Amino acid sequence: MAKTILAIDDSTSIRQMVAFTLKGAGYEVVEAVDGEDGLNKAKAKPFNLVLTDQNMPKMDGITLIKSLRAMPQYKNTPILVLTTEAGDTMKSQGKAAGATGWLVKPFDPQKLMDVVKKVIG
Amino acid sequence: MTVDMSQFYEVFFEEAAEHLASMESLLLKLDINAPDPDELNAVFRAAHSIKGGSGTFGFTDMTGVTHILENLLDKIRKGELALRQEMIDVFLEAGDVLKGQLDAHRSGGAGVDETTVAHVCAVLAQLASEDTAPVAAPPPSVTPRQGRTRFHLAFKRVAKAKLENLLRELAGNGDLKVQEESGNENLSIMLDTSLSETDLLEMIQYVVSLKQVVLATGEIDPTEFAREAFGFFEGNPGAPEEAPVAEEGDGFGLFISPAELKSQQEADDGFGLFDDAPGMEQIKQVAAAAPSKPLAAAPGKTPMPTATNAEGSSIRVSVEKVDQLINLVGELVITQAMLAQTTANVDPALYEVLLNSVSQLERNTRDLQESVMSIRMMPISFVFSRFPRVVRDVATKLGKQVELRTIGEGTELDKGLIEKIADPLTHLVRNSLDHGIETPEKRIAAGKDPKGTLTLRASHQGGNIVIEVSDDGGGLSRERILAKAKEKDIPVSDSITDQEVWLLIFAPGFSTAEVVTDVSGRGVGMDVVKRNIEGMGGRVELDSKTGVGTTVTIRLPLTLAILDGMSVAVGDEIFIIPLNYIIESLQPAERDVKTVASEGRVVNVRGEYLPLMALHSLFNIKPKTRDPSKGILVVIESDGAKAALLVDELVGQHQVVIKSLETNFRKVRGISAATIMGDGKVALILDMAALVRMARG
Repeated sequence: MAKTILAIDDSTSIRQMVAFTLKGAGYEVVEAVDGEDGLNKAKAKPFNLVLTDQNMPKMDGITLIKSLRAMPQYKNTPILVLTTEAGDTMKSQGKAAGATGWLVKPFDPQKLMDVVKKVIG
Repeated sequence: MTVDMSQFYEVFFEEAAEHLASMESLLLKLDINAPDPDELNAVFRAAHSIKGGSGTFGFTDMTGVTHILENLLDKIRKGELALRQEMIDVFLEAGDVLKGQLDAHRSGGAGVDETTVAHVCAVLAQLASEDTAPVAAPPPSVTPRQGRTRFHLAFKRVAKAKLENLLRELAGNGDLKVQEESGNENLSIMLDTSLSETDLLEMIQYVVSLKQVVLATGEIDPTEFAREAFGFFEGNPGAPEEAPVAEEGDGFGLFISPAELKSQQEADDGFGLFDDAPGMEQIKQVAAAAPSKPLAAAPGKTPMPTATNAEGSSIRVSVEKVDQLINLVGELVITQAMLAQTTANVDPALYEVLLNSVSQLERNTRDLQESVMSIRMMPISFVFSRFPRVVRDVATKLGKQVELRTIGEGTELDKGLIEKIADPLTHLVRNSLDHGIETPEKRIAAGKDPKGTLTLRASHQGGNIVIEVSDDGGGLSRERILAKAKEKDIPVSDSITDQEVWLLIFAPGFSTAEVVTDVSGRGVGMDVVKRNIEGMGGRVELDSKTGVGTTVTIRLPLTLAILDGMSVAVGDEIFIIPLNYIIESLQPAERDVKTVASEGRVVNVRGEYLPLMALHSLFNIKPKTRDPSKGILVVIESDGAKAALLVDELVGQHQVVIKSLETNFRKVRGISAATIMGDGKVALILDMAALVRMARG
């Protein structure tokens, strides 16, 4: 059975690219347009991996991760932050919120696949 | 796996264009003294999204500009810098530059002048570096200018185009000196800049992979590149003592242990994992398990179709598809009308069920047609949204204070009309700003608020959309227009009404501006506006009071696909006259029709002599009657001129689906389009403007 990934980004083009790449690799991908939407979709069903943008309207990535970690079913789910800033502030914030790792934008589809494969196989 | 990125370009273009538009409108709304943090955030996010997208899809020139833009926005958003008017100005300029770059990528256009790009970048960078202490850097070998750091950068195997972009960005941020160009797209440069090392790297990273860069605040050791693939930033926190040879590039097969993952996080491969973070448990499992084995820890195995969850509440569809749909519905309407006509003659008692179904079909067809038409409808805010910027720019240029008010932005009209109405409206707005609204001094002298008001108002009235452009300026001057008319040899009677005087400004080549400015008043204008709007089947009216203001009213049909028309019969033919041109229909008395030597026939309608044109002679048809007193005269008006058309009889009033004659046949003088009637026959739609011109000679 295909593994499911929740991809959250407010940019349609990035979201489509991510979804297209991962679907092409045989994952099931559900898209969400911002943190709030992502949280609702995450509540509706469990995922094997959550990929989230950091900077989004309504709810940002860090807040989303904190909210997810507070839910028992997402306690151990890998969560990756897609971010344009790879500074230390972001890293410590991400880590404190409970993210599993980060991936710096811009990234190409190959790198995304490599990372996802490493994380959930 | 290779993914063709170009399939996402169109989405990115649309998205970026939307972000640029929202950025502009937000910027124009910002209160400089007390900017709303939410709005600042939204502006920042727009720039940020464009940066992320353009970087991912390889439009590096846009990335460069947005990066610097974002830097400055970030500082303002965080309260490190105070927002100033000049910042808004340069933000808007940057928005224009990005728009230009976007258009260039989209349509292969000319792109943006490089000096403009460099200038905007330089101003942005300079604003961003103000007031904030430059990041302390190791003492440079040669002292650059105060507050600046000298970086040495070497690039390896960077594509020429990328390199050019990058160098342009860098040049906008400091003094750039190319030290060595060793061919093969290798390059070493020296840069004195106020940017911090982190900022610099972040900027570079958007254009080229950091693997291709070596950066140092001192001289570069030429052997640095020996280590290939990985770049090091000397003195950067977290730089590895020795770069681990990662499995990157293999992409699959080996699952490395979390410990290795950890070491990899600093390998500057653009991603990393927090070792002890939640989720690592699973990675360890994955690392231990065979790649194909499903994740045991993953809760649930719910087979969930993704499609149900996929997108939000709207979809993007190409205009051609919608047009095709509209076309098909048009055909359906015709078919339905044919069916209705055929069944009109059957015995209602015998065919009751059939007749019921036919009338139900008629209702459903009409509903379907309306809903399909509504797909093409867009709110007029798409046009109105450009005006805050226009008003701001023009008012600043002219030294006037103007407040723009827009009312009824949600009013919808056909997409085709939206595109066509933009230019005429812009012209009217510029005219109002230039000639209508007075300078603050003049306004104060006239006892008005120094700040003028320009109002754009849209509303539906019947089957029309009405757009008003009104200002509270000086109004039109009757004397000046009449004087100008005399100068231009336009014949005017002495008893001319104000309404008629105002119409004069729509005459070709008419401009009363005392000074020809670069904003408007080049003598082309109102006549073009009028012609454009009439080309859309609309009308322009103008109302003005000296000292109080001017209002221009545009009336447009809601759509270009359907027309309200009167069908008239001439012999065996049916013609359609667009309803909004018809003033009245009458049967003249014999004595009212007179033949004037060399001018053909005229008809006296309540004291007004109108040229009489017989449709049968124009189109060479054998009519039922050639005598006007036995047929019907339809009085029409176009361009303020009237004429009377002689037809055999009036048949009825219909909504007709417009079919282009040019695409299906060829252009015919006096005919604007065709339609298909209920009986399946083609009826021609008359071109009123052309007919009136013909009648008037």
